[in-house]
Amino acid sequence: MVTRREFARKPKMFDLVQLAVTYGRTRALAPTTLAIAAGEVVLLLGPSGSGKSTLLRSLAGLTPATGALRFQGAPVTDWRGVRERLGYVIQDGGLFPHITARGNVTLMARELGWTDTAIDARATELAALVGLDAAQLDRFPAALSGGQRQRVAIMRALMLDPAVLLLDEPLSALDPITRARLAGELRDLIARLGKTVIMVSHSLGEARFFGGTAVLMRDGRIVQRGSIADFAAHPAEPFVTEFLEAETAL
Amino acid sequence: MRWLLLLLFAVMTCPAQAETVGSKKFTEGVILGEVAREALTRAGVPATHRRELGGSRILWDALKAGAIDVYPDYTGTLRFEILSGQRLASDAQLPRALAAQGLAMSRPIGFSNGYALAMRGDLAKRYGIRTIGDLVRHPDLGIGLSNEFVDRKDGWPALSRAYGLTGLAIRGIDHDLAYRALAAGQIAVTDVYTTDAEIAAMQLVVLADDRGFFPRYDAVFVYRADLPAQAVAALNAVAGTIDEARMRDLNRSVAMDGLSETAAARRALGSGAAGDRDDDGPARRLWDRTLEHLWLVAVALAAAIAVALPLGIVAARRPRLGTLVLSATGVLQTIPSLALFVMLIPLLGIGAAPTIAALFLYSLLPIVRNVHAGLTGISPALIDSADALGLSRAARLRRIELPLALPTIMAGVRTAAVIAVGLATLGAIIGAGGYGQPILTGIRLNNTALILEGAIPAAVMALGIEAAFTWIQRRTTPRGLRLAAN
Repeated sequence: MVTRREFARKPKMFDLVQLAVTYGRTRALAPTTLAIAAGEVVLLLGPSGSGKSTLLRSLAGLTPATGALRFQGAPVTDWRGVRERLGYVIQDGGLFPHITARGNVTLMARELGWTDTAIDARATELAALVGLDAAQLDRFPAALSGGQRQRVAIMRALMLDPAVLLLDEPLSALDPITRARLAGELRDLIARLGKTVIMVSHSLGEARFFGGTAVLMRDGRIVQRGSIADFAAHPAEPFVTEFLEAETAL
Repeated sequence: MRWLLLLLFAVMTCPAQAETVGSKKFTEGVILGEVAREALTRAGVPATHRRELGGSRILWDALKAGAIDVYPDYTGTLRFEILSGQRLASDAQLPRALAAQGLAMSRPIGFSNGYALAMRGDLAKRYGIRTIGDLVRHPDLGIGLSNEFVDRKDGWPALSRAYGLTGLAIRGIDHDLAYRALAAGQIAVTDVYTTDAEIAAMQLVVLADDRGFFPRYDAVFVYRADLPAQAVAALNAVAGTIDEARMRDLNRSVAMDGLSETAAARRALGSGAAGDRDDDGPARRLWDRTLEHLWLVAVALAAAIAVALPLGIVAARRPRLGTLVLSATGVLQTIPSLALFVMLIPLLGIGAAPTIAALFLYSLLPIVRNVHAGLTGISPALIDSADALGLSRAARLRRIELPLALPTIMAGVRTAAVIAVGLATLGAIIGAGGYGQPILTGIRLNNTALILEGAIPAAVMALGIEAAFTWIQRRTTPRGLRLAAN
């Protein structure tokens, strides 16, 4: 556990000041101030509609937000530049169905003009990392299983060696066995890469499994930030206890 | 839009060296057009004939636009239809009214093709009926008049007043059926046009209009005032040579005996070959028409894709502008096709250019709509994924959105192509050629074989294009999408 002072000294990956998102008349994210340190693993928790996905999306500039956002210490002015340093994975992978797995993985590198040799080397390295073979990479997404698709999505997110991985419920579309296996691999991967990870999760169990910092949200605002143990010992408000009990009741 | 039309115009119109004769899409008009072409050619003025260009308004607009130089019309039509706003009191005022528009007309060709009452010859002889006024003495005769003639204020109501024809039993009847009813003896008298071929064929007697009730529809050549004097002299030389009986006979020889209009015109002018039209074989004709038809469709479709693709992309990107674009192209679609063809004449003349322009405008909607639908139908998660990767908007469009929308876009192009093949047949009315030409002539001559000569290839082409585009659509659908669809 880092102390407040130690945290303040660490370099920040994200710095949010009064960041807010409004869709029409509904406030999806109340003005939120939050700092995420480099190398930190953050799990965004909360019931559906609590704003956890909105918060994640606003970190990738996928939803227009007001307030201030700094990435690696600098205010964000050019999203495309920032996005090249982010890896983003969503529930069902978001793979482009018209290009092969390899095409999906290498798309951005080709856009950026990488050499074929560099692209091949990186793809081979990543395939080994997530446990896919070359033949599987040459298939179209529709010809892959759900677990394989998520592995490809993770490869795609890692292709440019980003500083941050943003994961939006990456395991929730999978069957229980695949989910359990991939969760383990993902945890090892995160530990090995040492990257900043921000993951939206729908379950407390997942949060316990991945460890790190939990951020509990409700109605578009952050209720409490800390470890799950903290939540149980010092709930910031009755909702925290309610949330923990509801999850353990099932 | 305008620059595109002008570009098409520039591409399509080749400088006209010969004088161009136009004619309306009915037999007498085509024969007189051939008479004019033949007369000009014999006088050493090179001339071509664009036959069967729809109705008076199209010919008039084409003449004013300079797309044709001369066409046959009737003084009554000029006075009561085309220049009706000027309320000319008599035919004598026509030359001045035409001059004001930069036009002129020849001396009368020699016959009037107006309304008249006609009667079976045998009955006329038996009852001694010669004039319209004589009818009052025989109230028992069956009179069947076309519905239009009965209804028109200047038709039967005015005629019966002028001749004091009271107490006659009048039946309304479809004009096309009137001749059959006459032949069957169901009626004895009907209204006709004075040069109808049937008058000669059925030996009807045209009742004299001794009170001058019916206005004259003297046939004349209307031409542009800048027509060379030599050409004007050639047209005037025809004047007075064809009377009503002669014209009826010529109409009959074409409509009923299958003589070509060219042969009829030569007969009218006295034989002496000039400017022989070589009659191509049917295979050659079909081939030429196929090329003409394909050309109309291909050029229009290519232009439509070039314009509709960016338009659809903009519409998909900007919802408010998109609504506007979609409704604007939708409105274009509601303009009746004939009206659109005619509206384009002052701008583009006659022939392929206005036809291609019209087909282009009609092709926009299906393509724009499908580009829009294809792009807006892409899952938002994929757009997010593309953005999150850091793709620029151009790269996102090129690499992700257009490939995903391609099957939908191709379906739109296919719809547009099939519609264009059908609509292009209407282009014949404004001289674009293609499969519409035999259909038009077939309708005029009541010749089903000729109609099919155009209709069947048009249907085959539509089916072929449908099949070709279905194949292309399948080929261009990315393999991954085909997999995903299964």
